[in-house]
Amino acid sequence: MSSHVTTRPGAYADSVRLLQVSRTVQGVPGVATAQVAMATPLNVEVLEGMGFTLPEGAGPNDMVVAIQLADGAADGALEEALAAVDEALAARTESGPSEEAAPRTTGAALRRASGSDALVLVSVPGPSALAEAMDALDVDHDVMIFSDNVPLDQEVALKRTATERGLLVMGPDCGTAVVGGVGLGFANATSPGPVGIVAASGTGCQQLLCLLDHAGVGVGSALGVGGRDLSAEVRGASTREALRRLDEDASVELIVMVSKPPAAEVAAELREYAAGLGTPVEFALLGRGQPDLTAAAEAVLRRLGRDVPDWPVQGGAIASEGHLLRGLFVGGTLCDESMLIATEELGPIRSNIPLADGLGLGADLDAALATDAHTMVDFGDDALTAGRAHPMIDPTLRLEQLARAAEDPRTGVILIDVVLGHGAESDPAAGLAPVIAAARPPVIACVVGTAADPQDRRRQVAVLVEAGAEVHLSNAAATRRAIELLGGTR
Amino acid sequence: MTTAPTNVITVGAAMFGDAVAAQAVGVTSVDWRPPMPGTEADLATVLADPLRRDANARALAAMLGVQASLVDVAPASQLLGLEPGQFLHAGPPITWDRASGPLRGALMGGAALEGLVDDPEDAVALFESGTSVSLDPCHHHGAVGPMAGVVTPSMWMFVLEDPATGRRTHCSLNEGLGKVLRYGAYGPEVLTRLRWMRDVLGPLLQTAVRTTVQSSGPVDVTGILTQMLQMGDEAHNRNRAGTLMMMRDLAPAMVESGADAADVAASLRFVGGNDHFFLNLAMPACKLALDAARDIDGSTMVVAMARNGTDFGIQVSGTGDQWFTGPAQLADGLFLGSYGPDDANPDIGDSAITETAGIGGFAMATAPAIVRLVGGTVPDALATTRRMHEITLGENPRWSVPVLEFQGTPTGIDVSKVCRTAILPQINTGMAGKQAGVGQVGAGLVTPPAEIFPAALAALAERTRARA
Repeated sequence: MSSHVTTRPGAYADSVRLLQVSRTVQGVPGVATAQVAMATPLNVEVLEGMGFTLPEGAGPNDMVVAIQLADGAADGALEEALAAVDEALAARTESGPSEEAAPRTTGAALRRASGSDALVLVSVPGPSALAEAMDALDVDHDVMIFSDNVPLDQEVALKRTATERGLLVMGPDCGTAVVGGVGLGFANATSPGPVGIVAASGTGCQQLLCLLDHAGVGVGSALGVGGRDLSAEVRGASTREALRRLDEDASVELIVMVSKPPAAEVAAELREYAAGLGTPVEFALLGRGQPDLTAAAEAVLRRLGRDVPDWPVQGGAIASEGHLLRGLFVGGTLCDESMLIATEELGPIRSNIPLADGLGLGADLDAALATDAHTMVDFGDDALTAGRAHPMIDPTLRLEQLARAAEDPRTGVILIDVVLGHGAESDPAAGLAPVIAAARPPVIACVVGTAADPQDRRRQVAVLVEAGAEVHLSNAAATRRAIELLGGTR
Repeated sequence: MTTAPTNVITVGAAMFGDAVAAQAVGVTSVDWRPPMPGTEADLATVLADPLRRDANARALAAMLGVQASLVDVAPASQLLGLEPGQFLHAGPPITWDRASGPLRGALMGGAALEGLVDDPEDAVALFESGTSVSLDPCHHHGAVGPMAGVVTPSMWMFVLEDPATGRRTHCSLNEGLGKVLRYGAYGPEVLTRLRWMRDVLGPLLQTAVRTTVQSSGPVDVTGILTQMLQMGDEAHNRNRAGTLMMMRDLAPAMVESGADAADVAASLRFVGGNDHFFLNLAMPACKLALDAARDIDGSTMVVAMARNGTDFGIQVSGTGDQWFTGPAQLADGLFLGSYGPDDANPDIGDSAITETAGIGGFAMATAPAIVRLVGGTVPDALATTRRMHEITLGENPRWSVPVLEFQGTPTGIDVSKVCRTAILPQINTGMAGKQAGVGQVGAGLVTPPAEIFPAALAALAERTRARA
């Protein structure tokens, strides 16, 4: 072992840098230990403790380079070590970009956007949705929660907080909203107009938007409230706030409330609340004995003094063998509507979202769809989207089951919905066309879309018709047509 | 809300942001990641607590409203009523059998300083029997101590006061770096220095502080912190500017005290030669502010982070005096001399009170030199301070960071945000040797053990459910 100590009077680097330099030099082959330091009393003590002898008179303004070579170190090891000292002292770290990293929570994003009217759109997994949504409410911002699988008590807590602060929570499980013409989640491109929608149903809202759009009536805002808002537990907390917002908007002449049938006492409360508003409210409550969505759209048009157009149909399907109706939906409300209509003609429909107890399908979709009964499946139901994207984004699961239904000799008619608009997959017809073309039974499709939707509705319809489907704009009309092809009641 | 938003913040599926951007509306995407495992339900409970928002606002405001003043210097026996045989230490409560090397070393040196034993080595038997000695955390006595944080009755302490309420906190005098008691060294030179501090430095500082208070009012420690943060100090591992400003404020009174000129010179030389002297003022100033935020039902704000060399503990405003503890971690940093990672003791000291108050590691951006302790870069320093804003409730308007456009330091660690982001508080720290008697072996960066935050969250959730 040999020690080498030199001083460099007048040289200076701060202690942290010198610790780094020392560490670098300690890594040079042949170096047992090394210390580069200013000769402060503390450092002198440390160096002496390491076995180095310092030159007389070294003081705090002198830099000491102390190197101990290992036994058997190669010739030139000292020179290499000293060169490493010089290099390390001279080294400058390249300064990288110092851009701010993306915010990690909604709260952090809102802090940076402080003072803006930012709207928050939450689509994280359900168990984490409350945290992000509460960040918005904490700083008095409205929030839309696309996430499903949010526990009911958390929904109640969020809406209670929002009500206290005069804020709007759209959702959870709110698929669709249009706010001042901006589509959020799955929303169709519409023009501004006299109608405002409050929707506890995403695809129900989209069907209304598209039917009204076809009739030349625009919708300025469609505020979603989530499918459970009208339940006895939530009691229409968001519906009330959404109605209030639309009532305050001078451009809204008529408010349409679209929902599945609410709990009876909640319906009564809401009708009373609506009666106190300055803007008339048309209730489109889907249910047994109630008008379907198309009838509701027609009622709205009549109330506004507009003509009711013919709802478009393209292509023509032909009846074939098979006695079962198979409905495969991505929209839950569209599935509901079709079941309500079909039940009247065909009797009970089995479904994963059944209209009545005892009509449920088991968890095994393959087995369920093999049953010898009319079936309608909502592929967008919570149970089928856990751990998977919504079928409007990822069509894989429905395409698989569609192919199976098409091969089943018992299948008499296939009924599907194709939902266009912001957020939905960019070209749904491309995936559907080959399956439809290969299908033996007739395929009736309801294409929910407007001319301005990013998917180009005209081309989507053309591809589906080319493949052999009969395409409707009205889901109710599509359902009735499917029943007709099946030969009526069986 | 029926007019189009100018900006939409999306958290979750990226495609919804893309769809909004396609409609010519500004989009900010949150880089969301799942929370710490198993915390979803407790997070929902705590975040839905109707008390939380206001409780946190009150906690933050209470903390930011405190101005710490240096009003006195006196022995711990007088200030805290410590009796011979009573020892205070850093961190959450601990017993001798679980104490780490540096804490044992400091206790042994403290016992010798108090004359309980002649040779520090003899103190081992004293602490093992435990009959005539007792250990208690500084935090339980309105005090904080750096590293081992050992306080004995004869040690002199700074007294900081909040003039608005009269509340006080205390901290011992800083001994310097290297072989010092707080790093677990207890050799003759350590005891000699402590005796000089007891006999010369303490009384002189007392005279100087009392005279200064009378002539020009209490020394505004919070104000010095404001200034030093703009002078390259982060007030944990770098206290150079603060120390010199403190000396500037007290030197005239020291000179005029009538004390022996050689003692005054020695004292000034000692303070001026110890870049960490101000740390022992920054720490009690931070504690004074954080204590104002304690015991607010529903608040998720951390009011203390402290380590005893074995355990890392936190206390939270909404859970009273309960400590949530986990194993103290090893710092990542640079080592003195030929010391290496094997020589280092796990994290120790109450000094993480500075990070709890939003400085130290949280103010890294204002002290870029410190980032080299882990071989980092200046952008790392900026990123660290910005990252800490992800887990804090607000900013300190008084303590601002020039290089970040004078943005306030990130203040008020929120247990729920730590659990949501899994971002742990960044602490700048010194490293003690793990063998009793060794002293300092390095300095570096460290974080708390992650599991103590979900534990605190669970306790908050339990209280929320009990209240509902």
